[in-house]
Amino acid sequence: MSNKNLQDYWNRNLTYLVVLLSIWFLCSYGAGILFKDSLDEIRVGGYKLGFWFAQQGSMYIFCILIFVYVWLMNKLDKEYDVDEK
Amino acid sequence: MDVKMWTYIIVGITFALYIGIAIWTRAGSTKEFYVAGGGVSPLANGMATAADWMSAASFISMAGIISFAGYDGAVYLMGWTGGYVLLALLLAPYLRKFGKFTVPDFIGDRYYSNTARTVAVICALIVSFTYVAGQMRGVGVVFSRFLEVSIEMGVVIGMIIVLFYAVLGGMKGITYTQVAQYCVLIFAYMVPAIFISLALTGNAIPQLGFGAKLTDGSGMYLLDKLDGLNQELGFAAYTDGTKTTMDVFAITFALMVGTAGLPHVIVRFFTVPKVKDARQSAGYALLFIAILYTTAPAVAAFARTNMINTVSNKEYSSMPEWFKKWETTKLIKFEDKNGDGKIQYVKDKEKNELTVDNDIMVLANPEIAGLPNWVIALVAAGGLAAALSTAAGLLLVISTSISHDLLKKQLNPNISEKNELIAARLSAAAAVIVAGYFGINPPGFVAAVVALAFGLAAASFFPAIIMGIFYKRMNMQGAVAGMIVGITLMIFYMLKFKFGIFDGGKDAIDGLKSAWWFGISPEGFGTIAMLANFIVSIIVSSMTPPPPAHVQQIVEDIRIPRGAGAAHAH
Repeated sequence: MSNKNLQDYWNRNLTYLVVLLSIWFLCSYGAGILFKDSLDEIRVGGYKLGFWFAQQGSMYIFCILIFVYVWLMNKLDKEYDVDEK
Repeated sequence: MDVKMWTYIIVGITFALYIGIAIWTRAGSTKEFYVAGGGVSPLANGMATAADWMSAASFISMAGIISFAGYDGAVYLMGWTGGYVLLALLLAPYLRKFGKFTVPDFIGDRYYSNTARTVAVICALIVSFTYVAGQMRGVGVVFSRFLEVSIEMGVVIGMIIVLFYAVLGGMKGITYTQVAQYCVLIFAYMVPAIFISLALTGNAIPQLGFGAKLTDGSGMYLLDKLDGLNQELGFAAYTDGTKTTMDVFAITFALMVGTAGLPHVIVRFFTVPKVKDARQSAGYALLFIAILYTTAPAVAAFARTNMINTVSNKEYSSMPEWFKKWETTKLIKFEDKNGDGKIQYVKDKEKNELTVDNDIMVLANPEIAGLPNWVIALVAAGGLAAALSTAAGLLLVISTSISHDLLKKQLNPNISEKNELIAARLSAAAAVIVAGYFGINPPGFVAAVVALAFGLAAASFFPAIIMGIFYKRMNMQGAVAGMIVGITLMIFYMLKFKFGIFDGGKDAIDGLKSAWWFGISPEGFGTIAMLANFIVSIIVSSMTPPPPAHVQQIVEDIRIPRGAGAAHAH
């Protein structure tokens, strides 16, 4: 594969990483820690929202993030023809 | 049948299963011993990783710690799961493509030097030994509580079992026993949790019961009720916690990054056939871990509500049977300070009459909820599965570090395959014995250091691996300087603020809290040490020559999945 293509592939990968890790950061450090107190004003059922993010929500989102990444990368590998045969 | 009989039967069956699997999956080559031949399916690897990762601490202690810490317990929940996102996105696929057996292999090759390799081996050994001693102790504790043998005897039984399947089967044996152990431990954790959730909230799913209304007729939400109970007794509201935001942030970060840097977790991703599988199995691993980790905070809240309702301001003489039973194990202690015959459980140390060990919340839960005896026995088997699976994974890292990273790669490169396998088995056996020794005679520092192992991993491995993949210009000088500065800084901070050795010992620790750098506790300091590692690495590497062309080629190569064969030695 040419260097140009390789660089493109890598840049796309890095873009995915930046987007997914921003969500990772926002739901745990953001919603669960830094903005916890203001989110706690909002209630969902018996949960205060900030507390829910810290002890439940962030973990669900972590799981989803990994599977989204797997899906995106499998598609990208095929598109740039670098997938494993 | 009584609890003891049930425990013998259920623990006996699970142990027979583990030994059966060990005989079935004997390792015939170093490749099978180190990475299970590289042919493990992503789903099986996900389960094995989950069991490998979840230790006696996760299974027995975590819910209890959260129960007492309330919101602050989130540092463990997010810290020990969020690291898997980093693993899946930043480490696992690339290390799998690199395709060697160990983390020091990667560090040694990527930074083209045996110095780097040796620093990595030492870090791996420090992290793994402190961790494994705690696991063997956990095995002993579970045995002694449920089967009434001594802790020492329990450790020895545990050693024999682990010795059997780790030495015989290597990674291959460990992988398939861990799959079985995951099934045992998750079943054992969920059954009591579901029963208790039903009893308190009428909802069978603990994650939903956690946010539901109580069925006691009050019509209150569980968490509101608990906030109220806590405040009445002088504690902070359950959903608020007491740590500073800065410290919660730092601890969570150190645990996440430390998780991603732990050698016994990383090495699991060398066992799958493809890069694609490495990404996917990180997803499965987190899914399987999250089942327990999202249940734990619910169990914590249920247990605390149950406990306060049962004991607070009640006559000591009216306590149920489980209270007396756990009192004899000294996990519950009651001292009637004001002599009124009632139990006062309050924040104020002068007035508080009840001390409850963290571990009670999981161990005694089935009894508190009045569940049948076989459930209690199941919890014992689950605790043992959690401790044994983690111990085995760590022992493998230790034996591989010695037989592969030191012996094969440095001292005697011409060693034959057959002799290397013998060396691997011998070092596994030696490691079990050393770990067992520390389990029986725990040095006082073990408990404190286990929590800090994450800080050490964060300060040493994580930056070196990340820059090895994402920063082509990073060279040997930068990485070695960074690792040394990171781990030294971490050890210094630990000694100063956790052990107080520069200021007159343990008694000085509380007084030193105000001197914490940036208000960060030793548990969270891994975050700062990691940043120091990154900064030192980048500065040093910019002043020294770039890495040679063939190393830059390695970096190019690990960035694309195609061409990943099974893990190999050369």
